[in-house]
Amino acid sequence: MGMKPSPYATKIPYEEKDNKVVGGRPNPADRSDAIDKVTGRARYAADYNLPGQLIGKVLRSPHAHAIIKSIDTSEAEKLPGVKAVVTRDDFPDMEVEHAASGELMVNFRDVTRNMMAREKALYDGHPVAAVAALSESIAKEAMKLIKVDYEVLPHVIDVRDAMKDDAPLLHEELFTKGAGIEPDPSKKSNIATRMESRLGDIEEGFKQADFIVEHESNTKAAHQGYIEPQASVANFTEGGTIEVYTGTQGHHVFRAQLAKLLKMDISKIKVVPAELGGGFGGKNNVYLEPLAAQLSRMANRPVKMVMTRDEVFRATGPTSGTNCKVRMGCTRDGRITAAQAELNYQAGAFPGSSLPLASITVFTRYDLENVLVVGHDVVCNRPKVAAYRAPGAPMIAFAVETAIDDLARQCGMDPIDFRLKNAAKQGTQTHFGPPLGQIGYIETLEAAKASPHMNEPLGPNQGRGIASGFWFTIGNDTSATINISEDGTASLIFGTVDVTGGMRSAFAMIVAEELGIPFEKVRTQVGDTSALGFNFMTAGSRGTAAGSMAVVKATRDAIHRACEIAARKWEVETDQVVWENGHARPASANVGDFEPLSLAQLCREATWFGGTIAGHAEINVAMGGPGFGTHLVDVDVDRQTGLVKVLRYSIFQDAGKAVYPAFIEGQFQGGAVQGIGMALNEEYIYSDKGTMENPGFLDYRVPVASDVPMINTHIVEVPNPDHPYGVRGIGEVPIIPPLAAISNAIHDAVGVRLLDHPMSPPKVLKALDEAAPAEAAE
Amino acid sequence: MTKHHIQTTLNGDEIDVLVEPTQSLLDVLRDELHMTGTKEGCATGDCGACSVTIDGNLVCSCLVLGVEAGGRNIETIEGMADGDQLHPLQEKFIEHVALQCGICTPGLLIAAKHLLEENPDPTEEEVRYGLAGNLCRCTGYQKVVEAVLDAAQVMQK
Repeated sequence: MGMKPSPYATKIPYEEKDNKVVGGRPNPADRSDAIDKVTGRARYAADYNLPGQLIGKVLRSPHAHAIIKSIDTSEAEKLPGVKAVVTRDDFPDMEVEHAASGELMVNFRDVTRNMMAREKALYDGHPVAAVAALSESIAKEAMKLIKVDYEVLPHVIDVRDAMKDDAPLLHEELFTKGAGIEPDPSKKSNIATRMESRLGDIEEGFKQADFIVEHESNTKAAHQGYIEPQASVANFTEGGTIEVYTGTQGHHVFRAQLAKLLKMDISKIKVVPAELGGGFGGKNNVYLEPLAAQLSRMANRPVKMVMTRDEVFRATGPTSGTNCKVRMGCTRDGRITAAQAELNYQAGAFPGSSLPLASITVFTRYDLENVLVVGHDVVCNRPKVAAYRAPGAPMIAFAVETAIDDLARQCGMDPIDFRLKNAAKQGTQTHFGPPLGQIGYIETLEAAKASPHMNEPLGPNQGRGIASGFWFTIGNDTSATINISEDGTASLIFGTVDVTGGMRSAFAMIVAEELGIPFEKVRTQVGDTSALGFNFMTAGSRGTAAGSMAVVKATRDAIHRACEIAARKWEVETDQVVWENGHARPASANVGDFEPLSLAQLCREATWFGGTIAGHAEINVAMGGPGFGTHLVDVDVDRQTGLVKVLRYSIFQDAGKAVYPAFIEGQFQGGAVQGIGMALNEEYIYSDKGTMENPGFLDYRVPVASDVPMINTHIVEVPNPDHPYGVRGIGEVPIIPPLAAISNAIHDAVGVRLLDHPMSPPKVLKALDEAAPAEAAE
Repeated sequence: MTKHHIQTTLNGDEIDVLVEPTQSLLDVLRDELHMTGTKEGCATGDCGACSVTIDGNLVCSCLVLGVEAGGRNIETIEGMADGDQLHPLQEKFIEHVALQCGICTPGLLIAAKHLLEENPDPTEEEVRYGLAGNLCRCTGYQKVVEAVLDAAQVMQK
């Protein structure tokens, strides 16, 4: 983010009305993406092949931390079939320059070092060279011939170890910056940034407390786990232009980054976003694109590069592993008086974790007077972290929502009632900045409390947990174009990459609603970078929320044009024509007695009356419409094995107004299952040499169908007041509560408090052993 | 690397292809035959995105060598619909919004079709275990399971 809100940003007030299409259930077979996805026709990045293409592969560091003394590529270049080899020498070094890339900021000095190591290899998997050859087997053979002379250095993996004074240092020029810190040039550190935000008087708040709970949680890095590995095809032409087909959450942002990394004009680059096989924040960053582009430039042929799953795990961004300390106090009657947190977040090899985002979510569900949040962004010898669905929030929610649970217990209160007593509402002052607007957190708690889930019986060793989450909705640059075809059907081009098909469907519904034509008469597609003005990424839950603002504006622009044609035909003024039910009509009887004209009729008249009907929007959407959710989970804990089985799961989340409810349910369910996987199984495991020991789906185990139950979803609708259809971002909140909810359920089931992630069988058994050694020994 | 000449049946068509001895069937399908509906998610047999059937047996095509495919009967996602008539599973996946990004969908459909051939009237649990070899990271599986159960009902009629 890192941007101040602009006074010129677009907001459109919520329009309360009865919708015919929006909020309903159109025939899903008319989804623009559906048929292609079930027949194998949908084209993902790895499905693109260009005539004459070469295959590119990346040679990666086997060391967690090493000086690269020299790289000798001469033997590789001599191998028949090898057409180009690139190393650090083939890319310009870059100055410190920050830019937004998805929800996190990037620094070009580091982007160029992450895509290709320069002075040092900073993690197992860090690229050190890339080869383009006639075939994959030749490229692999060539990689064996590249001689890299490494001087291996001591490494550091854990965030707490990396913060110590005597820790191996990753960057010679890194000094801690930030709140309360005078940069000390004599004190190099792995702590890149210290952040601090406060509200009220934290010491006074703790003095007022009758009960105080302190939690320290530790979480391991977890990967986004998209099923489609990164893939790119780059085609550099002799004319100095380049086209790149790639899997990305933001093709315009990638184009701008490529222009910098390759020192080219932005307009000479075309990035075509392929159908995206999952991203979850992990496809907000360039990895292969600049390498494929440079190889193509040197070989004068298209170059295709596809990562293996091993490369995806070792070298693309997982989320931060963390260490969090939370201290909260409340009065006997359950009013929170003080809330304090320290967030220590791994950034990976370069500064810039999700800390700035995580730190604004810490307590932002509660109406608090005294808050202190401190955070550290810490580099360590791991892949540079990337955004992962509500980046950073699940981990701090793990510590906070479990502390809330323990406070409620100390007060003898029901955990939902405790949250209701402290819940944030319109006007609640946040610790990081503005007060909250119209939100629906209380409604999610009340829906949970009233749900049938609460009455389901629990057996022995079974427990129920609850937790809540908050995430914001970012706005930013958004463009859309709608073209009305000669037959009155509509074709929408938009620029926020559609990760699920949900945007194409939701936007088609909104266009149909606005134009008054059937859903199946609207086709929607993501345009490449040559089709539209700049669009920010699909990140920060903005895709549907921000994208639809541009869609509404573009469609209304087209409607204005349609009304203009009717006015010219009727020889009246444009403002004397209104658009109703898919027809231009006289605004009143005074205008004249004219037969309403349909879109198709107007299209036939368009040529004579000035030209075709189209509409555009190029806007900066204002940030707004934060989302809140509450999860209920029932678990069964096997005391013999430590296995935690999820028995029942329910989600209550404010979606603003649902455009296509079935997709929202899918987002809720998918996000929660990612959270369940993170809670119970998923973790990066490192050897003592700092190499990743589980870079595959066999050992990095994401949930499979038999691991999870049916998940009940309840869509709460408190409209976003700054959106014409009341839409809020919904994609990220669902991954936030599961860690804490499951820990709370385990506590309810067997009375032990798990704060070490993942809550895998060995950890659960250990906790049970410590709680009752005699019982466990039986 | 010397290539081998393979003759095999793919979605009912008899085809000839030259393959490297180390190439997987998945790579042969995608890179030599340009049948890109079958996806690679891991190349280690863990994710199921490359599921195909060989002589009616469900396999991960990344774990089969291309040269082993000679003389067999291979079915991929491209052969699932009958002309423009979608298979009931394809229809139900769409109807239940059982696909989001869609990268796992071809593999899931092939696996689900095989499951229903073996067990035409599965329980929810049988569907979940039957599809446990196919990773989906978007849906949380619920709508996939609902789609398969619904398709089973339709297909029995």
